[in-house]
Amino acid sequence: MMDNKDSLWVVVETIRGGFQKVALEMLSQARKLAQRLQELNGVRPGVWAVVTGSHPPEDEAMYRYGADGIILVAHPSLEEHRTDLHATVLADLIREKEPQVVLFGATAWGSEVAPTVAARVKTGLAAHCVDLQINEQGNLVQLVPAFGGKVLGEILCPLHRPQMASVRPGVFRAVAGEPEGKGIKLAVRPDIARNEDSIQVVEVRQKDAVGKPLEEAEVVLAGGWGVGSKENWLLLEELGNLLGAAVGCTRPALDEGWAQGEDTMIGISGKTVRPKVYLGFGISGATHHVVGMSDSGLVISINTNPAADIFQFSDIKVVADAGSIIKSLVDQLKLKSH
Amino acid sequence: MKALKMVVCIKPVPSPDQYHHVSIDPKTKSLIREGIPTIINPLDKNALEAALQIRDKYGGEVSVISMAPPAAEENLREALAMGADRAFLISDRAFAGSDTLATSMVLASAVKKIGPADLILTGNESADGGTSQVSAQLGEWLGYPHLMHSCGIEVLDGGDSLRVETHRDQARVVYIMKMPGVVSVIRSINKPRFTSLMGVISSRNKPLDTLSSLDLLLDKAFLGLEGSPTKPGDIYQPDLTRRCVPLEGSTDDVALALIQKLRAAGLQL
Repeated sequence: MMDNKDSLWVVVETIRGGFQKVALEMLSQARKLAQRLQELNGVRPGVWAVVTGSHPPEDEAMYRYGADGIILVAHPSLEEHRTDLHATVLADLIREKEPQVVLFGATAWGSEVAPTVAARVKTGLAAHCVDLQINEQGNLVQLVPAFGGKVLGEILCPLHRPQMASVRPGVFRAVAGEPEGKGIKLAVRPDIARNEDSIQVVEVRQKDAVGKPLEEAEVVLAGGWGVGSKENWLLLEELGNLLGAAVGCTRPALDEGWAQGEDTMIGISGKTVRPKVYLGFGISGATHHVVGMSDSGLVISINTNPAADIFQFSDIKVVADAGSIIKSLVDQLKLKSH
Repeated sequence: MKALKMVVCIKPVPSPDQYHHVSIDPKTKSLIREGIPTIINPLDKNALEAALQIRDKYGGEVSVISMAPPAAEENLREALAMGADRAFLISDRAFAGSDTLATSMVLASAVKKIGPADLILTGNESADGGTSQVSAQLGEWLGYPHLMHSCGIEVLDGGDSLRVETHRDQARVVYIMKMPGVVSVIRSINKPRFTSLMGVISSRNKPLDTLSSLDLLLDKAFLGLEGSPTKPGDIYQPDLTRRCVPLEGSTDDVALALIQKLRAAGLQL
C-alpha cells in the first residue's frame, strides 16, 4: 500500500506553523478515490499528505482525515510565500516518486504553485475543481466550473501523469476516521540552490482576522449592493456578532467599499460556504455568487425586487428592504439580551 | 531608468455580465453563447493599464498579444486605442482546443518571437475559463520568475527589477522580482482608462500583425487538443433552484419570524 509510485498526493499548504484546512477535505476525498481504485484494480494506492515548509507540521489530524503517510519536506528557505521554491521541490519530488494524482487547495498559494509544478513536469492541471471521481478506466474525472459557475465541465488527463487538480476550499467534507495504525512519516531534505535570488520577499503584512471564518461558520450573513450604505453594513456586522455568524459579501458590496475585503467575498472567485443557515441581504443572485453558497442548508433571501434571481435559489423569500430588516433584527436581538 | 519593453497578453471572452444567458444544447451537449458580445477579459485591461502607466512615466513600449481566432483583431484594436503601441494576433486553426499548458507554450513562443521583453503582464484569471494558470505557466516556458495576485507594481533599480505587491489569502506580501519576469494582476491594481476618440483614430495607424504556428516554428504535435494533456469531457448545467416560500408581514414581524427560523435551525438565541 505504501509503495510510492502511483500514490495519491495531497499538497498541504503551511501557514504560520499550521496548515490550510482544505488539506483535510482533500485527504478525505483522496481516501475515497483510493478505495475506488482498489475496487477497480485490486490494489489500493497510498494516500500521502505532502507538507513543504521551513518547519512543516506533522499533524495527527492528517492521518485521521485520510493520509496513510506524510512526506515532510523541510528546508529553511521554504518560507510560505516563496511559491517558486515550493514548486521547485514539489516538481523534483513528483519526478522522483511518480504519484498518479496530485491535489492542491485552490487558495492563492495553491493556485500559484500548482500551475508552476504542472508546467515543470509537463502534465495537465484542472483548476478550482468542485468534484473529483474515478471513472471505469481508473482515470481521475475532474469537475471544473466555467462561465462563473453557470456551466460545469469534466476534465480528464488520460495520457499524462500525474493527474493534477486544484480543489476549491469547502467543496469536500473533511471526515475524520480511525487511521489504520500509525501513519508513516517520510522526511525529505530538498536541494534548493537554483533561482534562489530571482524573487525575494521584502515585506509581509498579516491581515487581521475579522469575526468568524466564513468556511467554518454555522450561520453566514451575506450582503450585496442592496444593503444600501456603509451605515447599514456596520449594522450587518453587528448582527453577525449578535448571531455568532460570519459576514460575507458579493462583488458590488466590495466595490462600494462596505465589505471588509476581497477574502470575504462569496462565490466563484471567492469563498465557498455551506452553513446551516445562509441569510442573503440585498443580493441579486448572480451566478458567480450563487455557486459559492448553493450547498447551504436553509437559504433565506431578502431583496426589494420580487423578481430577483436569488429567490430561485432560496427556500425563504422576503420581499423587503434589506437595511430595515437588518435594523429590526439587531433591535430585537438586543432587546432579548437585556 | 531604461525604457522597458512590455508585453500584455489579452484574451477575448464572452462578456461576463451576460453569463446567465449561457446554456447547453441538450442534444449536442455544446455550449450556446449566441448574442453575447466578446470583450477583452476585464482583468487583462487592468494588466494593460499597469503597462501603460509604466510606459507613460518612464518611456518604453507596450505590445499586446492575443492567441485567439481572427475576430480578436477587434479586441486588439481596442487595446491599441487604449494606448498600446503594437499588437500581435497569434492565430492558427491548429491552436483550437489548447489547454493552459499548450496555450502558455504558444504565448511564450510569441513573446520570444516579437523580441526580448522585460516585463510580461496578464490578468490574474479569465472570466470564462477562469483557471488562472496561464501566467505562471508562461513564466515557466520562458524560464522567467513569475508572480500572481498583484495589486501594485513599481519599477526599481533603473529598470532591472520590480517591486510587486500581492494580495494573498491571509497577508499582503511584497516581493522584489528580477526582470525579465511575468506578473498577473488583480482588479484592485488600478482602474483601466477609457478609450478616447483620439486613441481610436491613432490606433488605425498602429501595427497589428498576425503570427501563425509556422511563423513561430511550432511543432503541431504540441498544439491544440492533441498537444494538450487535459481533455474536456461532458458539460453540465447544475440545477441549483429551490422551492421558494414567501415570508410576509411587517418588518418587525418578519424579523421575529426569522429569529424563530434561526432557533429552529439550532441557534441559541
